[in-house]
Amino acid sequence: MAEYKWPEEGKRSHIGKRIKRLDGPDKVSGRAKYTYDLNRPGMLFGKVVRSPHAHAKIVSIDLSVAEKMPGVKAVKIIQGPGAEIQWAGDEIVVLAAETEGQAEDAARAVKIQYEKLPHFVNEQNWDAIPEANRRRPSEATAGDPAKAFKEADIVFEGSYGNEVITHCCLESHGLIAEWEDDKNLLVHQSTQSVSANGPQFAQALGIPAGNVRLKMEHIGGGFGSKFPVDRWGIEAAKLSKLAGGKPIKLMLERDSELMVAGSRPSVFAKVKVAAKKDGSITGWESEVWGSGGVGNFSFAGLLPYVFRAGVENRKEKFSVIGTNTGPQRAWRAPNHPQACLITMSAFDDLAAELKMDPLDLFLKNIALTGTRANVYRDELMKAAEMIEWKKMWRPRGEGAPGSTKYVKRGLGLSLHTWGGGGHASDCDLTIHPDGSVELKMGTQDLGVGTRTVLAIVAADTLGLPLDAVKVHIGDNRYPVSSGSGGSTTVGGVSSSTRRASIDALNALFEKVAPAMNTTAGKLEAVGGKIQEIGKPTNSMTWKQACAKLGTQPLTTRGKNPGKETLTTAGVGGVQMADVSVDIETGIVKMNNFVAVQDCGLIIDMKTAESQVFGAMIMGVTFALFEEKVMDAQTGRMLNPNMEFYRLAGLADIGNFKVHMMTGKGYDERGVIGVGEPPTVSPGAAISNAVANAIGVRVPSIPLTPDRVLAALEKKGGASAKI
Amino acid sequence: MQKFEYASPTTKEQAVALLGKSWGETEVLAGGTDLLSLMKDFIVTPKRVVNIKGIAELSLIRMPRNGSANIGALVTIEQLIDTLGRGFPAITDAAKGITSPQIRNMGTVGGDLLQRPRCWYYRAGFGLLPKGENGEPLVANGDNRYHAILGNDGEAKFVNPSSLAPALIALNAKIKIFGPAGGREVAADKFFVAPRSDSDREYTLEPNEIVMGISIPPTLGVRSATYEVRQKEALDWPLAAASVALTLDAAKKVKAARIALGHVAPTPWLAEAAAEYLTGKTINEDVAAEAGKIALAGAKPLSRNAYKVQLARVAVKRAILQAAG
Ligand SMILES: Cc1cc2nc3c(=O)[nH]c(=O)nc-3n(C[C@H](O)[C@H](O)[C@H](O)COP(=O)(O)OP(=O)(O)OC[C@H]3O[C@@H](n4cnc5c(N)ncnc54)[C@H](O)[C@@H]3O)c2cc1C
Repeated sequence: MAEYKWPEEGKRSHIGKRIKRLDGPDKVSGRAKYTYDLNRPGMLFGKVVRSPHAHAKIVSIDLSVAEKMPGVKAVKIIQGPGAEIQWAGDEIVVLAAETEGQAEDAARAVKIQYEKLPHFVNEQNWDAIPEANRRRPSEATAGDPAKAFKEADIVFEGSYGNEVITHCCLESHGLIAEWEDDKNLLVHQSTQSVSANGPQFAQALGIPAGNVRLKMEHIGGGFGSKFPVDRWGIEAAKLSKLAGGKPIKLMLERDSELMVAGSRPSVFAKVKVAAKKDGSITGWESEVWGSGGVGNFSFAGLLPYVFRAGVENRKEKFSVIGTNTGPQRAWRAPNHPQACLITMSAFDDLAAELKMDPLDLFLKNIALTGTRANVYRDELMKAAEMIEWKKMWRPRGEGAPGSTKYVKRGLGLSLHTWGGGGHASDCDLTIHPDGSVELKMGTQDLGVGTRTVLAIVAADTLGLPLDAVKVHIGDNRYPVSSGSGGSTTVGGVSSSTRRASIDALNALFEKVAPAMNTTAGKLEAVGGKIQEIGKPTNSMTWKQACAKLGTQPLTTRGKNPGKETLTTAGVGGVQMADVSVDIETGIVKMNNFVAVQDCGLIIDMKTAESQVFGAMIMGVTFALFEEKVMDAQTGRMLNPNMEFYRLAGLADIGNFKVHMMTGKGYDERGVIGVGEPPTVSPGAAISNAVANAIGVRVPSIPLTPDRVLAALEKKGGASAKI
Repeated sequence: MQKFEYASPTTKEQAVALLGKSWGETEVLAGGTDLLSLMKDFIVTPKRVVNIKGIAELSLIRMPRNGSANIGALVTIEQLIDTLGRGFPAITDAAKGITSPQIRNMGTVGGDLLQRPRCWYYRAGFGLLPKGENGEPLVANGDNRYHAILGNDGEAKFVNPSSLAPALIALNAKIKIFGPAGGREVAADKFFVAPRSDSDREYTLEPNEIVMGISIPPTLGVRSATYEVRQKEALDWPLAAASVALTLDAAKKVKAARIALGHVAPTPWLAEAAAEYLTGKTINEDVAAEAGKIALAGAKPLSRNAYKVQLARVAVKRAILQAAG
């Protein structure tokens, strides 16, 4: 049996280097084709008719006009009379026409009568939430919180919250569905789940799983919202059948994308922290509510975030609020950013109350984080050095150096954790007699660098240059690899690829060893050659070696068997923000933002750092701008567009610095994954920095001028009201 | 988008002859950065679209040496910034805030003045004076965080979205108009009105008139500035803005002042009392802040936008300080 390990630090030819993503040139030149870009022969355009009401019963649907509109090829009711609609934007009718304009015209000609029912869409204020919308709370107690609070030197109480935000994928959700014949469906879908979605289509359509071919070359964002086939996906396939199998392209419009294709729950909390005078935290109490629209979500086991392991006395209550808005979906590190915001804000406020530097308070309590305490300590020290914490930090409200009469500068920090690991992954690695190498895997590259990582692992293992490996992904005809979620892709795919490559190489060694007068076990592949270990003069070029295969290419199947030496799970990270707040206008600007992150063995330093940069941009957006604004009167989303659904641009994000923890203590943990963890801390770190700058907490995110000004007017705020 | 007839006249006479007698029948197309979105969203549904880009005289720029300027309606925002140079900071400050570069290169001066409100109820199809199914006013009872704090007594509660308009008003500019009866000029501060019904417009143009351009009177000796409070640096409108024009005497006392606010009322808002207060004063921070207070004295915030009063005061204060230099 071969031994599967990662190469030692000195023996890595590509792994851990700073390598540009292989599909970069295709993407910037427009050669890369996204699902949105594809146009299939004879293709029709699909449109969905959506409910304008947040809560209503369908009374009647009249398709007669729409069906006769020019170009219309198929019309289908998704939810018929009698159905109860629970959110504005839900799908009622789907249709297809020859041009997009015709489809839109026909959609407008569908007449639907509704009986309106009362709706509820604003969950921010606990007291205003009707009893009927409060789902049964979960409650948990550990240790003796009553005693902890009684014996505490100080009890700090605070309220924190954040709004529902959306995934806002730049390529909206959607697909092209077509029937190649009566029984075989071809789907091009924008998805995080190339291998798993075929069977879902098959089941819904009553055809064998093997009859669905699903392909995707590139995707413009998923962030957790693009796992399911979605009802509109199944309906597009059914509609295609009605239209004689013609391809139907159904991509969501921007407003639908923001209304129904994914959102992240809001969370609001009232928190109590018990502590000693020296800042040691001894107890935690929280009452939390939030809404994932009509969907459910759980917040159990998260608070106090990161420090939970060591805070033994806890009392928690959590209520899900049902609202008439589209269901939540997993959003990059589900529930962690909210839990992080609540916890790190409360601890930061506690530090301010105790007149302590929060860095000291977090360090003081670092043992409470449990097994990763040393990682956090190292990361805190590293981040502090990068942002010059000791030089720059001033007590809350005093203003960091650089502050002026109206512009106050402040620093804030936050810690986070995430699991990661390696998901199930199979791949086939083929060495051809001409020396070329192919890797096939039913995975997907969410724009994060998966293709690049696969080439790096295979090429490093085979001792070849990167361009010697041709990577095929994004097709469910390839060996099955899981959907990309939980930051488990890089772990899973690099493990299966490493194993396939090692096995293939060993098989090749067996073939060539006789010709080299040695045994397979004595061979290594280095720098495009097969050579004898310790006797490099006994060598053969890669091409010569492969020629020994004769006419039959050599293919090996790699499998990630789950937890083993090549991957593990669990990471920690620290972020520190330096902001300026205009106390006359409440406008917050980012100065510097620092992230220190570990994720085990890094395959590609550049794409790993890019993940952190991207997460920080998303995090600045969450902290300063994002909110799914729901109108109480109409029950509709008021900002389903890129104008009022604000995303940070380059000019809004300030300077970023990223440091990845590597080397001893990190590399030997194997590959873990980094997509999610760095999105967790920004809200908390930036909120803490703002509090430090202006002397008072802005209780909820996003930190918009109205909220900042309102907070400034409170006691302790540096209000500069004219 | 609703089907429409497309016309491309080459003279102003042809253009106005192609325009309808009531609003809604026809629409003028300049850069299209606003009109196309309005049409795609069925907020406007003209039967005929009259493209005016073939009318050469609309792109003319004249800048005599006395510091005045005549700018054609089709001059793009980017061209405006390039041509005006340093002489008209109130205008160029405002124009630079219009982002992105793509918008500045497509969007025109006329289009900026005549762009429709960004009110999120209006853009969602609830009407210019948005009402619910039972006729209830949506803005007053709804989420009005970005709506008007001044001049909002009537049904119009949106804010005028043009960043150029307050700057033009501060500089006493005129808007040149052409219609079937020939040309006319309107002072920029008289051009905008709060509509009383959904079929009215936010300006005094007739449905069959076009804007030919703007004329800015001599500005030699005028110090001007625009200050915008914006949350995001790009692809966003200001939350509040103020444009200020000052003339100072030899002792640096204010001889004349004009202050106009943007994004706070259904029209650009001329702050006459604040300007009067400045007259005869030496500008310092307290004086500027007081002028800000006076400018907003009549503010009547809606349920969710009281914060805009502070933003507008600060915009006035900072614009005055910036203009005074
Ligand atoms: C992301 C974004 C950010 C923006 N930020 C700002 C900002 O900060 N400040 C700001 O002021 N603007 C801003 N804008 C708006 C932008 O300035 C306008 O869309 C643009 O100036 C309109 O010019 P246009 O030539 O494209 O007009 P069009 O879209 O062609 O026309 C707009 C309207 O004016 C009418 N019209 C145009 N020209 C004439 C004429 N000569 N005579 C009669 N009617 C005419 C049209 O019929 C239409 O109703 C922003 C736009 C976007 C998309």
